[in-house]
Amino acid sequence: MSRVSGLSDASRDPKWVQWILIGTTVGFVTLLLILPLGVIFWEAFRKGLKTFTIALSDRNARSAIGLTLLATAICVPLNMVFGLAAAWATTKYSFPGKSLLISIIDLPFAISPVIAGLMLILLYGIHGWFGGVLQSFGLQVIFAVPGVVLATIFVTVPFVARELIPVMQEQGSEQEWAAISLGASAWQTFTKVTLPNIFFPLLYGVLLCTARAMGEFGAVSVVSSNIRGLTNTVPLQIDALYNDYNAPAAFALASILASLSILTLLAKSWLESRIEHRSKESEENQ
Amino acid sequence: MSAMRATQTRRLPGFGLTLGFTLFYVTLMIVIPIAALLFKASSISMQELVETFKTPRVQASLRLTFGASLLAATINTLFGFIVAWTLVRYRFVGRRLIDSLIDLPFAMPTAVSGIALMAIYAPTGIVGKQFLAWGIKTAISPLGVLIALIFIGFPFAVRTMQPAIEELELEAEQASASLGASRFQTFLRVTVPSLIPAALTGFTLALARALGEYGSVIFIAGNLPMRTEIASLLIVSRLDENDIVGACAIAVVMLAATFVLLLAIQGIQWRIERKTGRN
Repeated sequence: MSRVSGLSDASRDPKWVQWILIGTTVGFVTLLLILPLGVIFWEAFRKGLKTFTIALSDRNARSAIGLTLLATAICVPLNMVFGLAAAWATTKYSFPGKSLLISIIDLPFAISPVIAGLMLILLYGIHGWFGGVLQSFGLQVIFAVPGVVLATIFVTVPFVARELIPVMQEQGSEQEWAAISLGASAWQTFTKVTLPNIFFPLLYGVLLCTARAMGEFGAVSVVSSNIRGLTNTVPLQIDALYNDYNAPAAFALASILASLSILTLLAKSWLESRIEHRSKESEENQ
Repeated sequence: MSAMRATQTRRLPGFGLTLGFTLFYVTLMIVIPIAALLFKASSISMQELVETFKTPRVQASLRLTFGASLLAATINTLFGFIVAWTLVRYRFVGRRLIDSLIDLPFAMPTAVSGIALMAIYAPTGIVGKQFLAWGIKTAISPLGVLIALIFIGFPFAVRTMQPAIEELELEAEQASASLGASRFQTFLRVTVPSLIPAALTGFTLALARALGEYGSVIFIAGNLPMRTEIASLLIVSRLDENDIVGACAIAVVMLAATFVLLLAIQGIQWRIERKTGRN
């Protein structure tokens, strides 16, 4: 903020340039972002609340919501524990291969969801590395619920770790050392010293992870059999309804996911302002 | 300082536990799946590979995927710069709202984006109708693929350039002006060169995302073989036909392209660090 008001004449663009660029920005963002967001709610509610409630009371829609919640409930805690462990291991110690490990953690972001699904088929499909063995124990992974869960985990592995690593890197380990030297146990040090320091970034990572877990489509669609009422998540159900020319029902479900993503964006700006506030405070204290 | 010295001789507790769990999880969830694909791909014979890529349908799909992704990343870099510049340098009503909306394509499930884009750009949609009157088909055409890829890559371009613009040294602009340069000359000679690394990073990230995109594209694309079928969709249809070898062949090429792009980003970052390290 202070920067802008402090812009000298040398850095200030002519008024007409400002108007053109602001106009372009507003136009582009309206066309590209606001319009799609608006159209989801328009299509979901334009025939009144009735289509919306009918769409939601459908048995297949309900089981899709149930499966999405189940996959998210398994995936998010696992990736959160992993994120905490990975951030602790990579920021509190130095060991050979550390930067390679961090790069590998980031890989799922770079891999196309469809290719991620393909990888899981190669592993857990009937002819896959583990698929045959698991099948003989009666556990079907691909085209079943475990496959959906594994695909969801794969695409969201990095979210929490990626938020925590830079923050913990910056904070260093001095506070932890102080706690240990005052006689705190390892667990006390973690819960009383580390956790409060990383609370907001952790929350932010969990939030992003949850949003992505609920919305994943490509990877899940490859490993799911698309059997309605059985292995369909909400995004898959939206796809199925849309292909059945039942657009109102598809948009009704879509509007729920879209509301969640708006909530994510709101929480994100709130958390970011909190994180900024905190780092300013700690700068002042030093 | 004593704490610093202690770190060199002693370790905080939890090293074995956290590193052990991290390695276990990463191996199980990331490394083994990737290894499975690479292993499968290495078992594909040269002949099978040639056969897969000789078919016109695969070639058309790769041309479309790479062409549309490159074009989308270019458009995103250009508009991403304008939007980032506007958000950092100017103050106007709605700035904060726009700033928080930039991440919408990240936050929105791709299938939801996909049907929303289709609803807008279909021949009956509000924008599609308009363009159809001018004789341009915005959906079920390569243009539709492009639109979806611009949507999905946009945040990458803005969010990599925004911090770079915030960190620009205003003193350099002042010095340039005091030496008699016009605002435009200063922009071209001083500002643009220092933004190039960020622009390149944003371009590469948007490109990598576009190459692998699936959900937001398949609805608006219409998936006509030879015309609007992207590589990700081709992998899916190969799987539906139970042609695992064909699916792996295409997947490995796309994966290799992504890894090359990732290395390029590393290279750019490394150069930036070396430059700033020297100063």
